[in-house]
Amino acid sequence: MSANTALAEKYRNNFLKEIEEQVEMGDWVKMCMQCGVCSGSCPTNFQSAWEHPPQELFMMIRAGKREEVLTTTSMWNCTSCYNCIVRCPRKLPITHIMHGIAEYAHRIGKAPKMQATRFFSGLFWKNATKTGRVNELKLSMGLYFKDGFAQGVKNGMAMQSVALGLVKAGRLNVMELFGGHKCKDQKGIQAMLKKAYEIERSRKAAKMAG
Amino acid sequence: MADIKVAAYICKGCGLGERLDADALVKIAQKDGKVPLAKSHEFLCNADGVAMIKNDIANEGVTHIMIGACSRRAKTEAFFFPENAVARANLREGVIWIRPDTDEARETTQEMAEDYIRMGCAEVKAMTAPGGNTNTGTSKTLLVVGGGVTGMTTAIEASKTGYPVVLVEKTGALGGWAAKLYKRVPVHEPFKSPADTGVGDLVAQVLGDSNIKLYLNATVAKTDGAPGRFIVDIATESGATHTEDIGAIVQASGFTLYDMNKLPELGGGKSPNVVDQAGLEALAKAAAAGDGVIRRPSDNQPVKSVVFVQCAGQRDPSGTHLAYCSGVCCNTSIKQAMYFKDANPSVDTTIIYTDLRTPGNGEDFYRSAQEKGVIFTKGKVAQVVPNGATSTVKFHDLILDDTDAAVADVDLVVLATGQVANSGIDIFAAPKTEEEEAAVEVKPISILNLTYRQGKDVPQLKQGFTDSHFICFPYETRRTGIYTAGPVRRPMDIAQAREDATGAALKAIQALENAELGRAAHPRSGDLSFPKVRLEGCTQCKRCTVECPFGAIDEDEKRFPVFNESRCRRCGTCMGACPVRVISFENYSVNTVGAQIKAVDIPDEFSEKPRILILACENDAYPALDMAGMSRNEYSAYVRIIPIRCLGSVNTIWITDALNAGYDGVMLMGCKSGDEYQCHFVKGSELGRVRMSKIDDTLKTLNLESERVRDLEVAITDIERVPEMINKYAAELVAVGPSPFKGF
Repeated sequence: MSANTALAEKYRNNFLKEIEEQVEMGDWVKMCMQCGVCSGSCPTNFQSAWEHPPQELFMMIRAGKREEVLTTTSMWNCTSCYNCIVRCPRKLPITHIMHGIAEYAHRIGKAPKMQATRFFSGLFWKNATKTGRVNELKLSMGLYFKDGFAQGVKNGMAMQSVALGLVKAGRLNVMELFGGHKCKDQKGIQAMLKKAYEIERSRKAAKMAG
Repeated sequence: MADIKVAAYICKGCGLGERLDADALVKIAQKDGKVPLAKSHEFLCNADGVAMIKNDIANEGVTHIMIGACSRRAKTEAFFFPENAVARANLREGVIWIRPDTDEARETTQEMAEDYIRMGCAEVKAMTAPGGNTNTGTSKTLLVVGGGVTGMTTAIEASKTGYPVVLVEKTGALGGWAAKLYKRVPVHEPFKSPADTGVGDLVAQVLGDSNIKLYLNATVAKTDGAPGRFIVDIATESGATHTEDIGAIVQASGFTLYDMNKLPELGGGKSPNVVDQAGLEALAKAAAAGDGVIRRPSDNQPVKSVVFVQCAGQRDPSGTHLAYCSGVCCNTSIKQAMYFKDANPSVDTTIIYTDLRTPGNGEDFYRSAQEKGVIFTKGKVAQVVPNGATSTVKFHDLILDDTDAAVADVDLVVLATGQVANSGIDIFAAPKTEEEEAAVEVKPISILNLTYRQGKDVPQLKQGFTDSHFICFPYETRRTGIYTAGPVRRPMDIAQAREDATGAALKAIQALENAELGRAAHPRSGDLSFPKVRLEGCTQCKRCTVECPFGAIDEDEKRFPVFNESRCRRCGTCMGACPVRVISFENYSVNTVGAQIKAVDIPDEFSEKPRILILACENDAYPALDMAGMSRNEYSAYVRIIPIRCLGSVNTIWITDALNAGYDGVMLMGCKSGDEYQCHFVKGSELGRVRMSKIDDTLKTLNLESERVRDLEVAITDIERVPEMINKYAAELVAVGPSPFKGF
């Protein structure tokens, strides 16, 4: 049984309770009074309207719309500007709840696979933890080729002049493509991350077991 | 009236001396006003000026005083001569402050002042000093009808103030609605959980108070008389009738919940598991008496999920159900949801609302309910479908715009149905046909059984509530000395009802004290004048008895009017209505105004000085005109303004007289009438307007243009608008041309 089905089974008909127990800051969701100030304050909601703005997500959670909430791209659009937190009359930590829901959807495998924010987060994490340093060249290349080889070449060509400028200014080293620079104690970093993963896993397993 | 002696005093203070020729005004008073004593003074309202007037009263035998100074609304304490008839010519706010201080304007400004002096002298001669109504009673007992929270609070408050109380309760126990509650919405910090109702304490206070005479299982069989001298028959269950002398009455007859059987689509009456808020209180009380678990009425199983349907049969725009919001049901549902959550947090409680309205400190209470896990869903419930022991609540989710939203397997549905006033008989309802009469299931029962000519109960305002003067004073009804308090006046909760009760008790005490002294109640508090009727001239037309906004006038067997002065508010509507003009007040009558109209000097048609008469309501329009003066908002020098008690007191003879005398136009300034009325006498301006709507006939018989009379709505805030209206009308009249009646 996958983590998702196990949890869905456990919280049958009570998605709110699931969010409260599983999502970081999820116990705040019930306090929303549907004023909509968060949705009205969200700059990314204005830029490219969220499928479900924050207050609507909260209502969907209370209405038990589990599938729709966990698979939506909405909360992945949050850029942590904190406008909503500042303005919420009920003092809900909306930014943190958005990230909490996103993280939970990712954890149980419901998050949309190719959503740009989610993809970039994964790429960044892998990139940074491998050598203990961010390889900017590989990171941007990885992002260019997210939607296939042809699109990647196109993206690269579009950014050509910027890349050349960076190389000329000594801000970008083409040789980074081969290995690249590393931190001194790579093994120590790996050991530290391994321990951190272990702690997180045990904590979440305990949570899921409830 | 041979023994009157009039004195006129012209003030020269506040710039009057510089702007006006005071000596000329003194001469006008002597020559045109024909007063034997006319003086000017540098500063009339100071101690020296007032002493001069008092000295003339004492040593010169002055009985009638005309003061040409500021508005009658100013310096009322300085110019207070209760033994004398007093008229005031408004030279400050009405003349110099609304005219430009220029050489060109000087002549017309002086003419204006001279006319006001002539008018003041004419008015005061037609007056006598009001002596106060002598048909008074001395009862200081308060009758409280209704033994709920409002009634008990009124009784306790009045008793504590030192007035005896008679409390009449229809049922066999005190407490009313509040006694049926398990708990109440909290009124103290931290507003987080339902609180004790406090009814037991109130009941104990009433029962322990020897100043409160209690009638249980009793109703008011008859209420006769007037404030200070009501005679009330109280019928008890045994059939015995007790008669009590009463000074004033507080009606606290409360409310009934809107009948949920009228809401079959919401499951009302269809299943025992669909209850109204009172039904849930009963379940909660039963649970508290047992194991604390609220059970499903159909099979006694513990309730595991409950849905509260807000606005059930309320805020209905279609007109089928209640059109209004009762304002208490949101807090009540929150409280009731807590009954479940406080006992067992695992019970699912959902409140489906369209707008959550939580007045008072309800916001904290709302937040507390959210913390306790009550689910709030914004939606409009379409249908409650009972299905065996459970129900499905179908609703339109307004946030997600989901028209097929539903909560299934609900053990208990609670409908928030709202408050309907127990206001007795709607005395002004259109008479019903026999068929309609038969269709009415529950015949309304009179609460007060008044012997008044206009009907057995207090008039209702809107939606059956008995409020009457929501703008300026909430507890007033249109029956003097009878106050309504609590949910019969408007929907309210316990906290508001207790405040209401306290206010009404104090108003009732004020009314009975005023009644004993023969003085008027609100809004002419303390007025000693009262309507006097010359019955030998009366034609028994009944207009006064029908029109009186306060039901003060009854009829005897011969259909002559019987004035109950203590019930009168002194608006003068009867005086305006009377076609034979036999009703008058000592200081306000057809003559006092008529004499002023006739006293104005009308220049001939070649002078290009038109004359416009303004009859301005003293409650709103006249203060607005005064304030226009204070703001130095200028208006035409051709107007002559006479304050009137109410537009309802305007007798059409004044208009005919004015037009015949050669006035070019007449402006009537009264308060807004209709549903959103602002009239201090509720119906006065409306009745006045109905009367004036027939003035066109008069104009036709005089061969005059309809523009010559203008009816205007003026509010007290129209400080800028009123001068504009006057100037606009003056300009329009120039186009119409001078009145053909000048010079006759």
